[in-house]
Parts: sequence; C-alpha cells; structure tokens
Amino acid sequence: MTLPEGNPEMNSAEVTGPDEVVWHPEATEGPIASPAFDEVTRQRAKEIIARYPQSRSALLPMLHLVQSVENHVSQAGIRFCSEMLEITTAEVSAVATFYTMYKRNPCGEHLVSVCTNTLCAAMGGDAIYARLQDKLGSEGRPLGHEETAGEPGTPGSITLEHAECLAACDLAPVIQVNYEYFDNQSVDSAEELVDALRRGEKPHPTRGAPLTDLRTVELELAGFHPDLAAVAEGPSIAPETVRGAVLADERGWTAPARPAEHPALPPLPEAKP
Amino acid sequence: MTEPTRPDPLTPVLTRRWQLDRSWSIDTYERTDGYTALRTALAAQPDQLITLVKDSGLRGRGGAGFPTGMKWSFIPQGPTGAGAKPKYLVINADEGEPGTCKDIPTMMADPHSLIEGCIITSYAIRANFCAIYVRGEALHCIRRLRQAVAEAYAKGYLGTDILGSGFALDIVVHAGAGAYICGEETALLDSLEGRRGQPRLKPPFPATSGLYASPTVVNNVETIASVPDIVSGGSDWFRSMGTEKSPGPKIYSLSGHVERPGQYEAPLGVTLRELLELAGGMKDGIPLKFWTPGGSSTPLFTAEHLDVPLDFEGAAAAGSMLGTTAVQIFNETVSVPWAVMKWTEFYKHESCGKCTPCREGTYWLVQILERMVHGRGTVEDVETMLDICDNILGRSFCALGDGATSPITSAIKYFRQEFLDLIAEQPAVARPDQLAQMTGASA
Repeated sequence: MTLPEGNPEMNSAEVTGPDEVVWHPEATEGPIASPAFDEVTRQRAKEIIARYPQSRSALLPMLHLVQSVENHVSQAGIRFCSEMLEITTAEVSAVATFYTMYKRNPCGEHLVSVCTNTLCAAMGGDAIYARLQDKLGSEGRPLGHEETAGEPGTPGSITLEHAECLAACDLAPVIQVNYEYFDNQSVDSAEELVDALRRGEKPHPTRGAPLTDLRTVELELAGFHPDLAAVAEGPSIAPETVRGAVLADERGWTAPARPAEHPALPPLPEAKP
Repeated sequence: MTEPTRPDPLTPVLTRRWQLDRSWSIDTYERTDGYTALRTALAAQPDQLITLVKDSGLRGRGGAGFPTGMKWSFIPQGPTGAGAKPKYLVINADEGEPGTCKDIPTMMADPHSLIEGCIITSYAIRANFCAIYVRGEALHCIRRLRQAVAEAYAKGYLGTDILGSGFALDIVVHAGAGAYICGEETALLDSLEGRRGQPRLKPPFPATSGLYASPTVVNNVETIASVPDIVSGGSDWFRSMGTEKSPGPKIYSLSGHVERPGQYEAPLGVTLRELLELAGGMKDGIPLKFWTPGGSSTPLFTAEHLDVPLDFEGAAAAGSMLGTTAVQIFNETVSVPWAVMKWTEFYKHESCGKCTPCREGTYWLVQILERMVHGRGTVEDVETMLDICDNILGRSFCALGDGATSPITSAIKYFRQEFLDLIAEQPAVARPDQLAQMTGASA
C-alpha cells in the first residue's frame, strides 16, 4: 500500500482511499425493505418486546423470529430488528454475528447438527460428521460446515454443521435435527436419518416433539408455538436419564425420610442495630 | 445416642419424579407434593427463607459452589438506595460445559420443580420478574418450561397476588442463541439485555448491579430446583445427605466408556469407584485412562483418583474442581493429546474475544495441538503450551480462559510422556480414524 502524497496535517492534498474501495451506504430511511416482514411478524415482534422490562432484551428472540421468516438473518432482517427496537443496524449486526444459531446464509429445510466435542467425537461423532459430509457433498467435495445440500428452503434440503457439546453426553454420540435430539447415533443410523430427511420424511426424534422444519422451530424459539400443550408432549426420558432412579428402586434405596410436616422455618435473624 | 445413619448410595430427590407418567405435567407434580413448599414459603417472611437456605448449606450447582443463601442475602433490601430498585432472579439454564448434561433432563422431566423454586426464591429476594435463560439448542426444555409456566399461571402460582399472598411474579422463558460464554453469569446478563454475550468487569457484582443494573441473583437450574425440597424437608434433612461443607444430593452425569452411562443422583462425596460400580464398570472391561470430575474445565483425573470424594472440598484437595459433576470417562484407547486438542478447539471457538489472553492464547494453543496431533510436534511444544497457559490462567477476563488451560496443564501433569512420545515418534495419534476427520471437524 502506498500512502497518499502530501502531509494530511497541512491540508495541502486531498486524502483519498484506494480506488477499489467502494462504499455503498445502506439506506436507513424509508419503510422496511423486505416485504417478508409483514404485519403478522411486526405484531409478533411487539409481543416479544412486551415480555421484558426493557425492550432491547427482545433482540435475541427477535432474531429467531427473523430466521423463522427468512431461514437466515439477512440485512433486511437486521434492519427490521433495528427499526422495531430503535437501535442501530450496527448494534443488531454485532449481536447477530456473535451467536452460532443465527445463520448468515439461507438454510435448508432441516438443520443437522452433529456433536463433535471430545466425548461425542471419541464415541463416534467425528466419524458420523465425516460420513455425512461425504454423503451430502457433491462432485467429490464433502459438504462443509454450515453448507447446504439441495436448494435452501426446498423440501429435503439439509444444512449440515458440527456442533459443540449439546449437553446429552450420557447419550453420546448425539445429533440434533432442528434442535430435536437423536441420541446414541452410529454412522449407519445417522446416514439413514439423513436419507429419510432427503426423501422428505420426518423421523421422530429420540427425545422431543415430532419433527417439523427449521423455520417452524425458529418461530418456537421466538416464543410462538403452534400448540404449546401439544408440542410439549413427546418422549423425553431416555433409559440413561433414569438409570440412577431405576437402580435405586431396584435396590430399595431412597433419600432419607422427610419429616411428616414441613418443619418450622428458622426465626427471623436479629435486626441489625 | 445413635450415630447418624449413612444415607443410601443413591438418593433420588431431584430425580424422584422422573419415572412417573408425564412427570412434567402439573397434575403429576401436584400429586407428588408439588407446590406445597410454595404455600409454606409464602406464609413465612422472606428473610426466614434466606436463613433456611443458608442453614441448609446449599451450594451453587453450576460449578463454582458458592453458598446459595449467602448469595441471596447480598441483595440489598430496603426503601432507599440500591434496595429501592427492582430486583431480578435469573436462572442460568445455558448448560453447555462439555460433559454436562444434568439440567436439560431436569427441565424436561420435572420443569415444575424449577418453576416452584423460582417462585420461592423470587419471594425470598423480593423479585417480581424472573427470567430463565435456556440455551437455544435445548428446544424441548424450552417448550416444557413454557408449558409449565402457563400451567402455573392458570393455577394462580404465578401472576399477581399469588395464592392470596399479595406477592406478584412473572416468569419469562428466554431462548439463547448458541454461545457457551453465556453460561458465565455476567455474559448471560449482557445477552439477556440483547447484547453480545461478553463478560462484565466485576465488581460491581450482579447482587448490586446485575440485570438492567439492578440487584440480581443468578443461580443454576439444579440449585433452584433444590429449593422446594429444602423448604419441605428442612435444613437438617437436606444435611443428612452429603458432607459437612458440601451437603445435599447431587446429580452425577456419567458419560463415555462406561457400561451404563446416565444420571445418578447420589449424596455429595461419592467416589468414582462407587459410581463405576453402580454403572456396571468400564465399557467392555477396557481400563480407565482419564476422566473429568465436572466438565472439561475441571482438571483431569486418572485411575489414581478413583477414591477422591466428589464434593467441593475433595475434588479441590486432589487438584481439580467439582464443577458440574459431569463425569466424562475415557478408556485406554483414547489419545490424551487428541482429547486435549478437541477440547482446546472448543475453547477457541467459544472464546468471546473480549480479552487478549483468552482470544489469542486459545488460538495459538489450537495451532500447536493440531500440528502435534498431525505428527509435526516439536520438542519445545510442551513447554510452549505451559507458558501460554501460564499467560492465560489468572490473566483472562473470566473463567472461560482459566478453564481452557485446565485440560492442557492437567494432561501434561499426568501424561507428559505421552506428549513427548507423540512428538518424538511423529506418528498420527493412536486412532487415525479420528485424526482423519479432524480437519473437517475443525473447519
């Protein structure tokens, strides 16, 4: 890089940047650019804001809401949040780029997350991820992290990612599809799972609600469940979850017996002088 | 006078409802004494509850083990100054420490125990707003909690004038968006305020300047889910489990190369030898090589630590930490440098970037470890890593950086020769199948 001629402090020469840098300031006036954020979405954003003592706390759920509309966080989505919360687009972008669940490119119908943290990796997670990369890749190139097989958003399209610990280590190795748990996976079972998703099927997760798609799930994360009482059902207890409790029953082990009545609470502490 | 009897090897308290039909529903919860502790609590003065929890000796279950009642007592009360501000309760349900998998089953199987604990705790600290910050990937927990909150509102356990007490509370179940650092309490608060999840300088501590710069208690799920049982059982009952300084039951999460991995709720102070017996021993009889007592941020243990009491004091005295009692068990087939590399890749990915020692340190540690595991280590590498760790530990902004050094320094302490042999022989690690995938997995 060559410095512009002249001494800037003398104001003797106009300081210009290199030619190739072209700055396109984004329009910040006028109505929201994307028609995707319709009145329903705006109303939902207002509902989110109303949940919190201070409006900016709504930003994380609102970015989930944006993803439910666009299947990723676009510039238009960032502007939408900025306008709803009356903060700058820079402030929204700073947040949107910090968190791994906010995707910068349009995602598939499903998001497949393979845990490759140490314990899952040692139990087979690395092999599963590698197999799925090969399987979903094309033209001899394995699919990369956060890349999509198929046209994003179309039925059967899959975005693949390796994930950090998904907090199901007793069920390792684990995969999530749209954040629903598929436990105790193997290379073969993971391959079958992905095959089924590609065919447009929706296998039931080991724990969680019936599979939908990523956009529906992002709407749920934003706080809008199609039918909360219904989706809160579904299997959630794996044999591993209750191993200790079952063993205790078998052996007749219990916690020490509690008093028959709730014990009296301790007296109030002495008032400070 | 009789000696106090030793409790049974397993003491299901938090896990006692998990096998029941639809254990997550309010019907099941109420049928098994649910929400009776709330009635007892609301009939008492808030300060009595703080004293009760102090007397019980309950210590935070999120890793640090801070006395819970003491934390609550730090909240300023009174009509003037900080005491006049609104107070908040924030539940840290951002479970993501590698190996840790106790809060997610708790929230799925028995969400009402957490909700009841939140109401009692909010009453004790005089908070009228409570947020449960759940990691976004724990979708089904979020549904269960929201359904539980809806059920609790319908029954009058939440909202205005709860059970005629005049006490009002709203609970919001807030979904995170994928950032391990948000498990750090001040980063969690920033995240909950709609910002990047980066830790804050302390002091001021959340007790005086937390959410929205107001007095805030941040507690872990397992801690607060224990509160209804302490109210209904009393502090003496709670102390009949565990040890003098680490009382109560604790969910130990066994994972990895063990015959029957899973959740085992035992009195604090149980040993890995005892837990392994309960879990059917090592998988396929292949001997134990190394393990974490409480997640990857707690220094590794080896087979020589089988009899270390797994309570806060015992784990610390043996050179590690109790952490989250996430017992990850690895057998002899696993390469230590490989495992350390994987963990370090995790810390590098999750470092928030705010402070230089952690951001740069984890980056360079990954460079060294990946090169070493690929068979291109140099004789200086071990000392270089120790030097980098020395520059991170105690010098990073929050505990994430400190935690990143734990697997490395402890692995070198117990397995230095394995690192030196790897460097000398320049092979791929013992499990080339894992190695072959490494590049892709760290892309």
